[in-house]
Amino acid sequence: MLFVGIISCKKEVVKETIKEETTQISSVKTYNYNELKPLLEKSDDKIYIINFWATWCAPCVKELPYFEKIKQDYANKNVEVLLVSLDFPKQVNKKLIPFMNKHKIQSKVVLLDDINEDVWIKAINESWSGAIPATLIYSKKNRKFYEQSFEYEALEKEVLTFLN
Amino acid sequence: MKTLKTATILAILSFFTLAFTVKTDGYKVGDKIENFKLKNIDDKMVSLSDYKAAKGFIIIFTCNMCPYSVANEDRIIALDAKYKTKGYPVIAINPNDPNVSTGDGFEDMKVRAAEKRFTFPYLFDAKQDVFPKFGALKTPHVYIVTKNTMKVEYIGAIDNSSKNADAVTEKYVEDAVDALLVGKKPEKTETRAIGCSIKVDEKTYK
Repeated sequence: MLFVGIISCKKEVVKETIKEETTQISSVKTYNYNELKPLLEKSDDKIYIINFWATWCAPCVKELPYFEKIKQDYANKNVEVLLVSLDFPKQVNKKLIPFMNKHKIQSKVVLLDDINEDVWIKAINESWSGAIPATLIYSKKNRKFYEQSFEYEALEKEVLTFLN
Repeated sequence: MKTLKTATILAILSFFTLAFTVKTDGYKVGDKIENFKLKNIDDKMVSLSDYKAAKGFIIIFTCNMCPYSVANEDRIIALDAKYKTKGYPVIAINPNDPNVSTGDGFEDMKVRAAEKRFTFPYLFDAKQDVFPKFGALKTPHVYIVTKNTMKVEYIGAIDNSSKNADAVTEKYVEDAVDALLVGKKPEKTETRAIGCSIKVDEKTYK
């Protein structure tokens, strides 16, 4: 009983600090392609927007707020956003995590680190050269791949084709 | 009514064909390439026809700023060191618009080439009219061309570990050039790797 008491006390302390600093991210999950694959082919009723990006990719950073906005604007329409970072693994602590905290990224972020690029780039989409930014939008009925940058309106227009 | 419908369908179909062929334009493996003439970092113009003794070329679209290009710089230098004397020199081309990609200007290219002691031409596609002919989409993006036929023999990545040279287990470009040097076709003619999209000014480009 005493033990439980201590834990609950600690929890409260933690909660307070979180409130003050807003949620600080301290780690990002790393996937290889086989681990990422299930997230690219879910067959529930949601629409998934998968954006391939990196902190060093200027056009990716520019369009990131549009993905964040889509996530917010369409949250009640069953739209989910996943940001797949292609940052170099050694840059995760130095660049990726500070970037996520600075910009208060709300979408889920994972790191894709897999040497077999020649295999998984094709597997994700036959037409993808490997250039980023690139975006995959899919539902159980439809699937589209975009090797391009997005403005918000263009992104929304694409998402709407999945909703209608 | 029926003809109108057919006409509409045809119009839609042709639109889609157009829309989808724009991006896939550019050389494929087996295509004959046009010669080009671009300014090198020593301010002299370089053209493929200048290379009288070459058997072919390792043409690499690359730049200063893309981390994947930077991660491959030493490997590009090593390719030139190994294959220039065998008749396959490296020709590097920066396809980026420096107004969109700060640090990729002609003067920046001179600085980087001096720092890294590039042994090969580092050309600037200032009008951005060479990379679209190749269909290059990113940096780095490699095209191996034989000189007697001027045909593309390989398109893709340098090796199978673009971001970490220590983990390479398959050297695509070396394997392809080695095959060509003994009169064979490369086993792998197309490979892919992550890279940075080529930077164009959306407002003024084309």
